[in-house]
Amino acid sequence: MKTSDILQETYWALLSNKARSGLTVLGIVIGIGSVIAMIAIGQGAQGSIQSSIQSLGANLIIVFPGAQRGPGVQASAGRGSAQSLKLSDAEAISRLPEAKAVSPEVSSRSQVAARGTNTNTSIVGVTPSYPGVRNVEVDQGSFFTDAQQRSSEKVAIIGPSVRDDLFGAGNEPVGQVIRIKGSQFKVIGMTKAKGGSGFNNQDDQIFIPITTAQRYLTGNEYVSQIAVQANDEASMASLQSGVTSLLLQRHNIGDAASADFSTMNQADIVAAASSVTGTFTLLLGSVAGISLIVGGIGIMNMMLTTVTERTREIGLRKAIGAKKRDISLQFLAESVALTFLGGFLGILLGGLISWAVARFGNIASSVSASSVLLAFGVSAGIGVIFGYWPARRAAGLNPIEALRYE
Amino acid sequence: MIECQDISKTYVNGPNSTTVLKGVSFSIADGEFVAIMGPSGSGKSTLMNIIGALDSPTDGSYRLDDDDVSKLSDDELADIRMRKIGFVFQSFNLLRRATVLRNVMLPLVYAEVDHEERVRRARQSLIDAGLPEKWHLNKSNEISGGQMQRVAIARALVNDPSLILADEPTGNLDSRTGEIVLSTFQRLNREQGRTVVLITHELYVAEHADRIIHIKDGGILSDSKNPNKRVVHESHEDV
Repeated sequence: MKTSDILQETYWALLSNKARSGLTVLGIVIGIGSVIAMIAIGQGAQGSIQSSIQSLGANLIIVFPGAQRGPGVQASAGRGSAQSLKLSDAEAISRLPEAKAVSPEVSSRSQVAARGTNTNTSIVGVTPSYPGVRNVEVDQGSFFTDAQQRSSEKVAIIGPSVRDDLFGAGNEPVGQVIRIKGSQFKVIGMTKAKGGSGFNNQDDQIFIPITTAQRYLTGNEYVSQIAVQANDEASMASLQSGVTSLLLQRHNIGDAASADFSTMNQADIVAAASSVTGTFTLLLGSVAGISLIVGGIGIMNMMLTTVTERTREIGLRKAIGAKKRDISLQFLAESVALTFLGGFLGILLGGLISWAVARFGNIASSVSASSVLLAFGVSAGIGVIFGYWPARRAAGLNPIEALRYE
Repeated sequence: MIECQDISKTYVNGPNSTTVLKGVSFSIADGEFVAIMGPSGSGKSTLMNIIGALDSPTDGSYRLDDDDVSKLSDDELADIRMRKIGFVFQSFNLLRRATVLRNVMLPLVYAEVDHEERVRRARQSLIDAGLPEKWHLNKSNEISGGQMQRVAIARALVNDPSLILADEPTGNLDSRTGEIVLSTFQRLNREQGRTVVLITHELYVAEHADRIIHIKDGGILSDSKNPNKRVVHESHEDV
């Protein structure tokens, strides 16, 4: 039997039962479509989380007070609550050759009021090196200077979300006065919107000089974390060990296991976030995969019904000279054609869903070539796997009994 | 040329075994028109399956032309059927939604004949079987029973077989139409020298053949020339 004849027979067979073929294909369309869409959404989320971590600054090592933590397992109640790091530690670190810049910070949450409105936001005490280390740009006004920090001036740079909450969107914040914990602060600048969302909105923050924060907000000399920027990616590891040994020495701790601080490499954070989103993608993908299997079972069900219905036809074909291989190829071709058609339409549907999610749901999503390829491979595979048994059954029919089948 | 030598067939079903054919021997020369007649349960269907290379005998030998068909695998039997045998069934067994022409071309699909050649041979077979050209592109479920059986005959002719095997070809037709179909077999036998084997349980139908082999209880009761052959002259308009 020629290939062109097999295709022709397949075309006729599927066309002769349009409704059934269509519904069976629909099962595969939904299965493949949801696999593609879910993987696109998962990968899109992974991409946006990674880029938002990168936007925190490049080549960073972050030193936290308190005990060592494993990557990704980060209880926010612990961060900054232990008191072991001081500004002098930051100054010492800045003298390491691998350290390009050091940015210690003190953070707290507090109620902030201005002109009768108020909001609860995060107050971060930082140094003038902060914008460079953390990729923060000033949109209006300016950041505070070293002199302003040394004299613990009560000046503040606010994030765009804070501006919207306190003064309303579009209003000029520079020159306004806000009250934080009973002290009046003059707004001297506003940061550029980073569009951060999800875990941590970087636009909902107020930056004040770290010395001011220690004096008026926390009332002590400790810092919540120290961000250290390496010269380049290659010096990250030596910087991390340099920081660790320096701090152990400064804190008079002999055993690294009992350190009163911990360091976290930015690469670790990215890896941790990637593993979370990777699991998330896998979860979504496997739920969608189940619907694909259900679609495949639909194919098998249809093919078994078809084989039973067409028993006499199979008997006839065998009587006029069809070999086992001819019959099984014919039925296998039917199921593969169904899944291929379903796979093709499913890719279109998946692309449409991921486009719609990106457009209306504001979740980044991207259909990757590899997931399209995977979907096509899987759909063809499903056609073969779920079509094999019915095709074998058809090929194995005894022509005499098949011809007599009522 | 068909040569059956001591053919027997036993079906084994668990501890029970049933012998349906008990050492049947006969031969049919090329160009003969033979009826195999017997009541139901006589073994004639089993004999037909063996002659038609659908089944193999338990014992004995069956030669069709130069091939020993008695000990072949399923696929080898399929090959014999494709090259040497044309079947006509009681219930026509046409592909219902396919056109008349496509039904007739079906055996050539498995013989891997070129498309143009397929169409040419199928149209010729349809004309030979007495179905005029105007019906060739109709769906096979849009035509009458007599026409359906002509399509089936054309399908049996299309691979130019050594043997046309008709199993109760008139069983689903009224007697008038049945007669016309039988006259078609007679004409094909007379004019084209086709070897036709007709399987039936009716004496009346069997009497259209030149020779009648009478089967009963798995053996041959009689095998003789038909002294009073019924000859019908077909006319296409009647179908």
